[in-house]
Amino acid sequence: MLKDRSAIVGVGCTAFAKNLAESELELACGAIKAALDDAGIAPREVDAVASFTQEETPEFEIARNLGFGELHAFSQVAHGGGAICGAVGQAAVAVAAGVARTAVVWRARKRGDPSKRQWAAVRARVSDHWKWSRPHGLLRPVDEVAVLARRYMHEYGLTREQLASVALTQRAYANANPGALMRGRPLDLESYMAGRMISDPLCIFDNCLESDGAAAIVLTSTERARDLCRPPVLIHAFSQGMSRQHQLMSDYHGADPLRSSSWATAANLWRQSDIGPDGLDVAQIYDAFSPMVLFCLEAYGVCARGEAGAFAAAGELGPGGRLPTNTSGGSLSEVYLHGANLLVEAVRQLRGEAATQIEGARACLVATCDSTPNGALILRR
Amino acid sequence: MIEERPLPTTDEPVDAAFWRANLEGRLLVQTCAACGLARHPPRAMCPDCQSMAVEWRAASGRGRLWSWAVPAPPLLPAFAALTPYVTAVVELDDYPGLRLVGPMLVGKAGDMAGFDASALRIGQAVQVGFSRIAEDVALPGWRLADPQ
Repeated sequence: MLKDRSAIVGVGCTAFAKNLAESELELACGAIKAALDDAGIAPREVDAVASFTQEETPEFEIARNLGFGELHAFSQVAHGGGAICGAVGQAAVAVAAGVARTAVVWRARKRGDPSKRQWAAVRARVSDHWKWSRPHGLLRPVDEVAVLARRYMHEYGLTREQLASVALTQRAYANANPGALMRGRPLDLESYMAGRMISDPLCIFDNCLESDGAAAIVLTSTERARDLCRPPVLIHAFSQGMSRQHQLMSDYHGADPLRSSSWATAANLWRQSDIGPDGLDVAQIYDAFSPMVLFCLEAYGVCARGEAGAFAAAGELGPGGRLPTNTSGGSLSEVYLHGANLLVEAVRQLRGEAATQIEGARACLVATCDSTPNGALILRR
Repeated sequence: MIEERPLPTTDEPVDAAFWRANLEGRLLVQTCAACGLARHPPRAMCPDCQSMAVEWRAASGRGRLWSWAVPAPPLLPAFAALTPYVTAVVELDDYPGLRLVGPMLVGKAGDMAGFDASALRIGQAVQVGFSRIAEDVALPGWRLADPQ
């Protein structure tokens, strides 16, 4: 069993900014060292790592720069924004099974430079599954999600005003977070509605930031965690998920394109968890684009189908709401790090040290990209 | 960043027949020769019966708008030059549940530049059309069907 047998014992971040001077390797080293210091664990004790297939700092460079010990488990998880919980979960499985003792998971990214946008690297001839969407004009992830958002609006009556409450709520959290890119930049509904369209029906405020930074976590056995200085945050449940016939990321070809891989993840996550959707105190939900937050609220059973827009508009994602969500400002307003910042925020909430602390937070859902194969965690104190 | 519009490869065994038919103004759907399952995008193996035998069947090209996006910059230069354009997902009338992505087309030449999205509605009837944009590529797109 995985349940509660491993724990996150350290978190670390670099500064977040539009343009940082350091290389991705330097950023990764800084975040990982900060996470190890936070945990009170020496680099030489680390014997496992997990990261993203899209991570450009290779694990051997990380290990030989940080001075890790001999590694006994190392893995990479695919699908960008869908990957961070998979990376943590695979490290947790290795630790819980006794294969390794102490693991580091990290993500370093310099995305502030427009040339680093993945879609900008599309080639003159597309030979993989993207050939069915990119040449036809669905070039960017935002275009793919815009198609789903419009269909969802049609099916369930979601309005742009309701959708705006995701961006507005997260902006307010970021305004209270000294580390967030948008700490000094309030946003109101009028400005949201006037924001330029990036892919109609999604406007610029429905899109994540383009930014630089790195984040890391340290994970070890719960037994070992009890001897460390920080309150352990337990890995209570974990699953990855890929729906039947999933096609990355223009997933329009399944029986119901609005039933994403999150539904597969959620069913297997709750199967393993003693805590249900009603037992959550806080949630961190991947938000490269704002509709994904609503889609996940329904997939994970927080809201019934079609009701997430009204839920958000009623203020339920805010500090006094039924499920405070993306409490650091998230990808929309804190920093875009493929969801690694959401994981760090989950740990801070459960330790009681978040910028906007949710009183008595004991259980947190961390969910990754709704539109890709993905993963999720239930973390608890 | 490439200057030109990205194109699909058209010579892969799994889908070459689809692209070849497009050049002749025909829309084909890959079906399993063993169990008859229709599937798009094409696959090497049938996910229902695991047969690798395929047949290509004609589609009428009639369908209904499932949804669409109206992309705006920042885009690749070739797409920025086409704005405003609309790319739609269309459900085929004669293959229920099968959906294809394609741009909304204007004019006889099958241009996608300058399409006005304001009058579109979900469920609207469309008809396939083809834009010849390279020697080996005639991309399928959609025209609003004539009112019945």
